Amino acid sequence: MDKVIIAKDLSLSYSNSETIINKANFSVDSGSFVFITGASGSGKSTLLKSLFGALKPKQGSLVVGGVELNSVSRSKLNFLRRHIGIVFQDYKLVKEWSIDKNIMLPLIINGYVKSVAQNQVDKLLKHVRLNHQAGKHPLELSGGEQQRVAMARALAHNPILILADEPTGNLDEYSSELIWKLLEGANEQLKTTVIVVTHNIPQTLNVDYKHYHIEYGSIHEVN
Amino acid sequence: MKSIKNHLSLVIALLSILFSIQVFFVVDRSIDAYKENLANNYSVIAVSQKRLSNHDILSINKIISNVEELSPDSVIKRLNSNMQSKNVELLKLSLPKFYKITLTSYPSPEEVSRLTADLLRNSSITKVENFSSTHSTTYKLLLLFKNVVAIFALVVIVVTLLLIFKELKIWQYKHNERMSIMGLFGAALWLRSAVLFRLAIVDALIASFLAFGIFIYISSSPWVLQQFSNIGISVVIFNPLEDFAILLGVALLISTLLASLIVIGHKEEV
Repeated sequence: MDKVIIAKDLSLSYSNSETIINKANFSVDSGSFVFITGASGSGKSTLLKSLFGALKPKQGSLVVGGVELNSVSRSKLNFLRRHIGIVFQDYKLVKEWSIDKNIMLPLIINGYVKSVAQNQVDKLLKHVRLNHQAGKHPLELSGGEQQRVAMARALAHNPILILADEPTGNLDEYSSELIWKLLEGANEQLKTTVIVVTHNIPQTLNVDYKHYHIEYGSIHEVN
Repeated sequence: MKSIKNHLSLVIALLSILFSIQVFFVVDRSIDAYKENLANNYSVIAVSQKRLSNHDILSINKIISNVEELSPDSVIKRLNSNMQSKNVELLKLSLPKFYKITLTSYPSPEEVSRLTADLLRNSSITKVENFSSTHSTTYKLLLLFKNVVAIFALVVIVVTLLLIFKELKIWQYKHNERMSIMGLFGAALWLRSAVLFRLAIVDALIASFLAFGIFIYISSSPWVLQQFSNIGISVVIFNPLEDFAILLGVALLISTLLASLIVIGHKEEV
């Protein structure tokens, strides 16, 4: 099976601070569902940041989608990011844009024709059960609804990889369930690789997954 | 309403810069027109022991535009009542020659001194009256006026630029988040900054067209035209082609520079 992510002796740290991830070795198969857990401050989000090139490896090597992230050029990094969907705990929606435009963002970046992009947005809004909120701005929606918009944006361009950082962190039960179902659906139906950083793995998940746990800077697989 | 507010702060700042620049142009043109007016009325009188040809005097200094020999008749008229015509002719021959020298432009005090020295270098010319005291006062007054307006325009431009830089910080804050989010999904730099440049260009166009409207109105105002006519000069207050092109160019330059500084200063936030 193809590997979407290969990390060899990967060490991560922010400039001039102590090492957060120390000599980690792991890989992620294409089309798999992966959970990364760990205590607060263990380095889960730091690891996720490195997977989309927001943090360069301090040591070792990290290859995502065939792109070596140790010394990646900006244009190559942009190319990689165009094939990744990211979901953040704080949603990261553009507040001055409508939710439609927010969902359309990756499609515009990937060069979709506007009418095609609009069709895709309409479908996704239905999919995340927000079609009645079309045209509204993020701040007019609840936290759960905003996260569903962020989820729709991450799915919009059929990415090869979805990275989700505590996607259900502060959400109500309904939104949380919906987010998990959407991630599950993307993985099962579209064969999208999904990596979720979370504190708790949901019990209701109907998908085979791999589980990595971070403790004291090292990553180990949980069976 | 929010959209108007977004544009207003930069448009007003740009408009005040364009206004200062155009006012400086008008003052500069007014002073040039007034100097031309003064040059037509200003002349130097040279006294020569022997008759000089126009060519002799014209070749002394390039600033000389015309030479006119003054007739001694008016002086002799006052004396000739008791004189025989033969004596009058003799007197005419013995009198020095007076020349009225007009100049190509209104000279600076240095040019007046240089011209006086050049004229006196000619052995036949014994005296030059340049009315330096009156000339110098008028010239210095004009220079002072021009400098005061230039300093005023400069102060307005500097203060406005400081305001623009403050605006830049607000823009930076406002656009940083959107640019970062776009960056997370792999948007190229031009796409991330497109909104910013579009906003900057639209604001520059709005400010330029507002300045165009204001100066077209001012240049056709009867009151303003009367003021220029009162001091006997005719000035182009606003040239719709040349001046507008300059103002538009300045506005575009400042606003795109502002946008570029934001793009350069952008740091991806995750």
